[in-house]
Amino acid sequence: MFDDSSIIVGLEIGTSKVCAVVGERNADGSLNVIGLGQARSRGVRKGEIVDTTQAEEDVRNAIVEAEQMADVEIRNVYLGVSGAHIRGFNNRGVHPVVSADREISEDDVQDVVKNAKAINLPTENNVVHAIRQHFFVDGQAGVTNPVGMLGSRLEVDVHVVHGNTNRLQNAIRLVKGLQLEVDEIVFNGLASSLALLSNEQKELGALVIDIGGGTTDYVVYTNGVIRHTGVLAIGGDHVSNDLAYGLKVPLSRAEKLKLEHGSAVVDKETKGQTITITNELGLPLKTVNVEHLRRIMSLRLEEIFQLVAQDLEQAGLFDYLRAGVFLCGGCARVPQIAALAEKMMQMPVSLGQTNSISGLKSALDQPEFVSAIGLVKFGSFKTRKREGRPSLAQGIKGALGRFLQRP
Amino acid sequence: MLEPATAPAVKIFGVGSAGVAMLDTLNGRDFAGAGFVAVNTDASSLASSSAAVKIQLETKLLRGLGTGGDPERGRAIAEEQFATLKTACAGADVVFMIAGLGGGAGSGISPVLAHAAKEAGALVLAFVTLPFTCEGNRRQQQAEQGLDQLKSVADGVICLPCQKTFKLIDENTSVLDTFRITDGLLVESVRGVWHLLTRKGLIRIHFDDLCALLRDRHSESVFACVEATGPARAREVVEKLIAHPLLDEGRALAESSAVLVSLMGGKELAMAEVNRVMEQIGRQCEHAQIIMGAAVDETLKNRLSVTVIAAKPGPVPMELPPLGASDDSGEQVTGRGVIARSGSRCGSPSMTPEQREQSVARNSGTHARKTGPKMRQAQLSLAIISKGRFDKSEPTIHKGEDLDIPTYVRRGVALN
Repeated sequence: MFDDSSIIVGLEIGTSKVCAVVGERNADGSLNVIGLGQARSRGVRKGEIVDTTQAEEDVRNAIVEAEQMADVEIRNVYLGVSGAHIRGFNNRGVHPVVSADREISEDDVQDVVKNAKAINLPTENNVVHAIRQHFFVDGQAGVTNPVGMLGSRLEVDVHVVHGNTNRLQNAIRLVKGLQLEVDEIVFNGLASSLALLSNEQKELGALVIDIGGGTTDYVVYTNGVIRHTGVLAIGGDHVSNDLAYGLKVPLSRAEKLKLEHGSAVVDKETKGQTITITNELGLPLKTVNVEHLRRIMSLRLEEIFQLVAQDLEQAGLFDYLRAGVFLCGGCARVPQIAALAEKMMQMPVSLGQTNSISGLKSALDQPEFVSAIGLVKFGSFKTRKREGRPSLAQGIKGALGRFLQRP
Repeated sequence: MLEPATAPAVKIFGVGSAGVAMLDTLNGRDFAGAGFVAVNTDASSLASSSAAVKIQLETKLLRGLGTGGDPERGRAIAEEQFATLKTACAGADVVFMIAGLGGGAGSGISPVLAHAAKEAGALVLAFVTLPFTCEGNRRQQQAEQGLDQLKSVADGVICLPCQKTFKLIDENTSVLDTFRITDGLLVESVRGVWHLLTRKGLIRIHFDDLCALLRDRHSESVFACVEATGPARAREVVEKLIAHPLLDEGRALAESSAVLVSLMGGKELAMAEVNRVMEQIGRQCEHAQIIMGAAVDETLKNRLSVTVIAAKPGPVPMELPPLGASDDSGEQVTGRGVIARSGSRCGSPSMTPEQREQSVARNSGTHARKTGPKMRQAQLSLAIISKGRFDKSEPTIHKGEDLDIPTYVRRGVALN
């Protein structure tokens, strides 16, 4: 069997599907997706669990499927989280360098990051990520690694992603209830951006919009670091719901119509076109106007892009996105969505492609798996980092821990 | 329009305790030539009144205790003494009624009085207040009922919900002061209208124009009265007006469908100033029908005073015009005494044909329902938008907008 440490699993409990991706890290550090399991999600609304029993069952199914496909036993997962309660903001930490020779040491760096993370959050909130941006040494900007430099005052910007502790715990507890360890929780938008963006794109400045079933997560990179994150609790579910309401059809039918006839743009040709809905015997039940269908969809998707654009404009980041916008998530499958986004954002928009990861072609090409793949990638970064800095104590603790965790 | 018309004979009635109290505040001011009449069931309130004529509606039924807050009693007693009320109204061209709705006398008597005044051949304009919300449900309901009845009888109703004055008062304002402010506002509006009617105007408003304007849409009105002096007074006055708390920073103007503006200044009131003020106000309320009047009051010297009454569109009236009623507006109403004066003209030039039709239909409707209150059916808000699968989940609110409701519904995109 495989060496335990080289297997990384990303689990995303989404609104429309639960998806587990198994990745294997090769000896040279490259990633290979070897398994994928998914199940229709029934216990999640707007990215948050509302029915634990059903969600648990769905997660179990997805994990089992992934285990079978990859032929591994899954013990640890990187868990993706989303939901309207998740927020991101930038914070700056300051630390005076006190050593006699004014040389910045590793400890100073850790201290300054710790200071930056000490934020006044509401008591019920917890930090999901605190991502380092850039260091400042005596006010000099753009320092990526200050260790060994001379200075008296070290500052660092961090991007903090935080969320409601209880809501985050809901997902973690659910996974733990299935005898799985959660290595770390990761914001879905961050995971998607890791899967999609190359280093150059991060450097140029890029926006990743992951329009899922229940939420729209977005992340902005400029100068190689995360500048902004956000969650809108709107997604494909809303599109279906709008259609069900507007066309007066059941939700399941609306979902089907969306997949079969949906489009993000209302064309001239659709004017007057109709679709006849038939029952299982082939008898006509209702006719639906295609123009209406697309108009409803288009307006909803348009609004999503507008809201994202407004948020970025407020953050003053709109002019820094030189690499453009990348779309992923289930809604990225809607025909012509890139054209709509381009119209709304006034910048190049493309559907994201997972890069620097190899393996199952079928899994990698789907926009809805992007964030789960990103979770694997996040995991691989973490393990690489961990291996880069092995300490004896940690090693023993880790080994012991792993030993004890074995059922 | 500039010719000095003979001032109409005006009688001002205060109905109920609140009405009588407000009448007293009016009495001291410059209402030369107006007859003051206080009408109440409560003897003690009348005793303290300074009005020239006092009518106490009294029967054994009440045992001198007033109506006890029951409008039905007030109504019954007023109908009993209908003849007395009618005599009191005799000789007046215009009757102003001031009342605080919600209690027994105000809500019960005023519709009957309005009816009596109409029968006596006068135009009726009612100035009423609605009770504070904290005064309770019952009073609110009674007030609404009274207002509805009044609307069906009177030629015009200007109505001020007291709740609005909360914006004018602070934490420490005493109850007494609060009522003084409310009274003051109503009095101010009476005065504004009075001046419109009686002052030698540069630009005169005809009373029937005013009535026609108010008749259709008097669900709720807001008043504001501001003054400014100095060379930039025209600009200042508009700024003050827009900043006025009762006008919701000008929002009330934007929402209103009818706005009455009365400008008053000293002798040197310039047309350019009038124009500037009106232009600004017009910009604020693009959708409203504006009636304006300008008058000269020498006592104002270099002050410029602007009174604005903005009427919000009320709920769509339930009654439909009876068939054939709207054939010919002029002749339809000529047989109705004094109303003909307003009726033949109630289509002021700025009214659309539909409006004219509606207002005529209402006139004839009133005519047919001389007795008894207007039947009114409650309106159900049928536009309940189901949120479908998000019904039970936490709503996604973004800047006050519920994003779970379909975008096309919120943006009002019609699918046809």
